Amino acid sequence: MLKVENLHFEYSGFTVLEDISFEVEKGQLCALFGPNGTGKTTLLKCIARLLNYGKGRVLVENENINKIKPEEIAKLVAYVPQEHKPPFPYLVKEVVLMGRTPHMRGVFGPSESDTRAAVEAIEMIGIADIAERPYTALSGGQRQLVLLARAMAQETKLLLLDEPTSNLDFQNQIKIWRIVKELTKKGVTALTCTHDPNHVMWFCDKAIVLGSSGIVANGNPAMALTKTTLNEIYGDVCDVKIFGDTRMIVPAEMEIKKI
Amino acid sequence: MTGITFKEKSTGIVFSNRARINFIATLLLILIAVVAIAMTRGAYNVPVTAVCDVILDNLNLADQSNCLYDTIVWNIRVPRILLAIAVGIALGTSGAVYQGTFRNPLVEPFILGVSAGAAFGAALSIVYPQYLFSVQISACIFGMVAVFGAYSLARVRGETPLVTLILAGVILGSIFMSGVSILKYISADTQLREIVFWMMGGFYYADWDIVWKVVPAIVICSIILCMLGWKLNVLSMGEEEAKTLGINTEKLKIGLITLATFITAISVSAVGIIAWVGLMTPHAARLIIGPDHRFLIPSAAIMGAIFLVICDTLARTLTTAEIPVGIITSLLGAPYLIYLLRTKKNIFFG
Repeated sequence: MLKVENLHFEYSGFTVLEDISFEVEKGQLCALFGPNGTGKTTLLKCIARLLNYGKGRVLVENENINKIKPEEIAKLVAYVPQEHKPPFPYLVKEVVLMGRTPHMRGVFGPSESDTRAAVEAIEMIGIADIAERPYTALSGGQRQLVLLARAMAQETKLLLLDEPTSNLDFQNQIKIWRIVKELTKKGVTALTCTHDPNHVMWFCDKAIVLGSSGIVANGNPAMALTKTTLNEIYGDVCDVKIFGDTRMIVPAEMEIKKI
Repeated sequence: MTGITFKEKSTGIVFSNRARINFIATLLLILIAVVAIAMTRGAYNVPVTAVCDVILDNLNLADQSNCLYDTIVWNIRVPRILLAIAVGIALGTSGAVYQGTFRNPLVEPFILGVSAGAAFGAALSIVYPQYLFSVQISACIFGMVAVFGAYSLARVRGETPLVTLILAGVILGSIFMSGVSILKYISADTQLREIVFWMMGGFYYADWDIVWKVVPAIVICSIILCMLGWKLNVLSMGEEEAKTLGINTEKLKIGLITLATFITAISVSAVGIIAWVGLMTPHAARLIIGPDHRFLIPSAAIMGAIFLVICDTLARTLTTAEIPVGIITSLLGAPYLIYLLRTKKNIFFG
């Protein structure tokens, strides 16, 4: 589904990504995990063609992203950015409707089917109660939900999420992960940046661990996020403990409070 | 679903544009009323019925008009009012497009140096008429040069940050203004008077010839800009956002800026510098119908036309001599900006 081959990216002479190669299967929820500054966002932006990479190839459904038009890319790949704030007070429903842009043919904008898709996306994410409010008046977390709804309305096969849970409370974090999981069961493929190793353990089918020198580990979360890998990228602050059937990543040398 | 229940079931989210379409229709009716009043007012008042007769006569639909009325209405007022409408449409449209493209409710073509560039172009051709074509063409060319100069000066690594853009506009504006000062300094007395008069802006030269040169171009460009309204909505969310939604942002931006600058520059070349309209009308329209550019652009355009027709009617009726209309728009526009600054600080500082 998604295939990245030998990707290089330089930013003003400074190499950010070097020789990155990996694959994500259709319907997988894949985590992109790693410390700050290792190029996770850069990698997502290269895949969405927001940045022009120097060397390498990105294939989505066997289409080379570098060779197709922007509107074709937008039908294949949706990118949910980290939070941003536009200057104009568009209503939430209008922002979601903007996700339909790559599917619009007429000159005057959205058609009946576009508004229907937008309403469905709004209901799917459960933000109908704020649909009539200005996007600029929302909290950071609410805006992330709106952007996710917009990506939903875009109806793409690949979903790139840049820290979708970073501004959310615990309930909404779990909700976002479950929604994304649900989508991958319907055949959508998702690649998600995240900083929480436990979220990766709980929800993801695959984890790609990015260290400062490239991909450190790649595979099943339980295999990829081992104590050795984590301590290699984070410098001896992690411990992996087993609670019941699941593995939890906890700070090293922490006393676990017994009930 | 894995145990997720959505409390908010369909609460009937509707996408309806009826209110906004009604608003635009209302604006059109107001424009017609304002035009009707403007036709009758002036140094010589003409009754409404006579105005209708003259217009019908000239459109070959009736023949019973008075010769004096015919001259006043058809040769003086009609072209003048048409020009005021067209320039209002141009300034309102380009203001809305600039604000959306640069994602800032404070931008207008004049802030990015169109006025200074056009003034320089006009002054140059007034002082050296032998080298340049006409005042109009020269003003138009230098107006476009100023905006694209500011845009390319502000462009760093494929991005145009707002602060840089506005500063670039200020820098280029001051360069062109010092050019104007040099030209004023070396010009003869009659030329100096002409430069000053041109820079104040007004519709006194309006005739059918100018109308035919300016109006069709403005109308066509404005319609194209209206049709780009949805894409402009997406672009105004941010360039990266627009790219992920499949928009070729560079192409769209260049197209929008070129068309908007072009209609501003031809307006400036025909009537001189008329400030504030491009800043005020999109802003007022946005407060009423929201930021959706599909409706914002036509609303701002019609509001610009209404505003300019009113200002021009005031300009030619307030005193026995004519006041340059640029003075009136500035007098009315500055308090509006002060009001915005005092009451809605957040729109400036986001």
